[in-house]
Amino acid sequence: METIIEVKNIGKKYNINHQRGGYVALRDVLANVFKNPFNFLKNKTREIIGIDKKEEFWALKNVDFEVRRGEVVGIIGRNGAGKSTLLKILSQITPPTTGEIKINGKVGSLLEVGTGFHPELTGRENIFLNGAILGMKKKEIINKFDEIVEFANIEKFLDTPVKYYSSGMYVRLAFSVAAHMEPDILIIDEVLAVGDSEFQKKCLGKMEDITKKEGRTILFVSHNMSTIKQLCTRSILLSKGNVKMVGNTDEVVDFYLNDKTNTKENAQEIPLDAVLGKSGVRFTHIKISNDEGNSNFESGDKLKIELDYESDLVEEIKEVRVVISILNKRSQQIVLRLDSDIPNQTISENMPTKGKILCETESMNLGEGSYVLDVDFLIGGTSVNYVRGLGQFEVETNLEKYDFKKYPDVSVCDTVIGYQFK
Amino acid sequence: MNTPTTTIKPKKLFSFTDLKEVWDYRELLYFFTWRDLKVRYKQTFVGVSWAIFQPFITMVVFSLFFGALLKVPSNGVPYPIFVYTGLLFWQFFSTALSDTSNVLITNQAIITKVYFPRLLLPLSTVATKFIDFAVAGVILVGMMIYYGYTPNLIGVLVLPLLLIITFMASVGLGLFLASINVKYRDVRYILPFFIQILLFITPVIYPAGILGKYSWILALNPMMGVIQSARAALLGTTVLNWTLVSISLFATATLLAIGIYTFKKTERYFADII
Repeated sequence: METIIEVKNIGKKYNINHQRGGYVALRDVLANVFKNPFNFLKNKTREIIGIDKKEEFWALKNVDFEVRRGEVVGIIGRNGAGKSTLLKILSQITPPTTGEIKINGKVGSLLEVGTGFHPELTGRENIFLNGAILGMKKKEIINKFDEIVEFANIEKFLDTPVKYYSSGMYVRLAFSVAAHMEPDILIIDEVLAVGDSEFQKKCLGKMEDITKKEGRTILFVSHNMSTIKQLCTRSILLSKGNVKMVGNTDEVVDFYLNDKTNTKENAQEIPLDAVLGKSGVRFTHIKISNDEGNSNFESGDKLKIELDYESDLVEEIKEVRVVISILNKRSQQIVLRLDSDIPNQTISENMPTKGKILCETESMNLGEGSYVLDVDFLIGGTSVNYVRGLGQFEVETNLEKYDFKKYPDVSVCDTVIGYQFK
Repeated sequence: MNTPTTTIKPKKLFSFTDLKEVWDYRELLYFFTWRDLKVRYKQTFVGVSWAIFQPFITMVVFSLFFGALLKVPSNGVPYPIFVYTGLLFWQFFSTALSDTSNVLITNQAIITKVYFPRLLLPLSTVATKFIDFAVAGVILVGMMIYYGYTPNLIGVLVLPLLLIITFMASVGLGLFLASINVKYRDVRYILPFFIQILLFITPVIYPAGILGKYSWILALNPMMGVIQSARAALLGTTVLNWTLVSISLFATATLLAIGIYTFKKTERYFADII
């Protein structure tokens, strides 16, 4: 079959200071110029003649692969492997630093459902707006209009502004518009991680239709191995910005799940922007690891959370209480709450102004999926810093451990344990 | 079936395919414009009449203070119609600037999730100003009838040209401000102040001739040529000065080139830092 996407030597470089902090204030730049004019000049010249030691980070490097027409290709890899960056480059949101991609066909990208929905506009108006943003022609939208409305099942509310929609209706309408665009190549980033399980099934069904009946090409990113196995014929494994393996989905997924070679250095460490939380106590660093000291979490692992903090207070901090909640990212439900304010906890009454909080759990049967942490830091019963979504980690399920012959639908549960029917 | 081939490469600064692309996406340009208009007047009580209200009240206040009390000269035409003609173009320009400078930030959700030529966003923002201009223009027509002015033929023909200059000047400066705003949010604070200063160095409330032989310096401000020519064309205040129009056109083209250049340069990374 003919090649529809040809990716040659793609690389994407970020400057670390670009990545963090986002925008800069003119004030800081100017202040810098006036405070150290010589330093500034020196750096500028270095930058221009190219020996600047600015911290660079290659999110992708030397990525090569091809996709043929009608294939469904999964892209997998750990957090920070470069999956999202790759999708962003393929959908032309951000240009690559090096290399070239040739695409023979119209690309539709679905990095989020409901992109460009405007809350003030009605369902009808949003169908047109969203369709146009996704690259559909007005004529196409008119032709598909009834189908879109029917799939979303919102006939009655067509002329109601979407801000009055329930979140379910909103997502249904958004997905429906996206599902009815007809690109040759569809690029999808974990959009299925939203909505209830019934809706997810409907989406999966629609995606299977798109590929099997209509013969379209799909690139699909997910952390959910069972979905990848179910949908994709071929998969690409990314690791630290490089293509580690390309091939048959079963082989790639198995390799990925059993890959323990890069465990040691892979512990999940997130340096946190000091801006997070200004009220006295800041979290500077978080590290989440399992009992082997890495971050390739499997169901049944113990969890170790290390959180560095610092504060403006001069004296020791008294009556500290820390509450860490673990949420399932898909359902946004709290799976577990770790509270330091129960008897027999070792967190000290008086803590230094700068230090580390350590929390270790027992074995946890978390199901496959993404989890995030919310952290609340209290002094004397008052919350001084509450940060949502502080850390994120991915859990995979090793089926052999549970003696399952095939994947049960674990992707919709928060927990997984072995069981036996008798 | 013919399938378009796309090549994704490190971005070049500028190529003519960019313009072709904007043309290919003209439907989206229409939808963006339509969305902005629709959303702007939703949930407002008097709706589109706001477009009249603002220049009208400004005109009344200006006429009272500058016209009646301070006796600012107005080339021999009644001050209200004199200032309103200026305000009409000025409102187009100033509101376009302040909206465009924010357009990338207000649309960041779309920019980071889907591809389309980014130029569409500022273009559509400025395009909505044509509607406001048309609506507010109704008052001008009314005033012309009331004061008994009939524009000459050249006057009517030159108006579209003046509008195009205003459009290009707004887009040019708007693109520049929008690009800087992605990186330095200071623009938000500087801009209202900047627009206010600009109002005073543009002959909106006074006639352009007030500076005597130094008037040409002001002509580098494209809006000066536009406003003076509009008055000449509609009210016959002075003879239509083609040199002035040419200077305006030239200054506008420069502004537009700078704007597009800056925009294209920042376009490479705005999805990453916005």
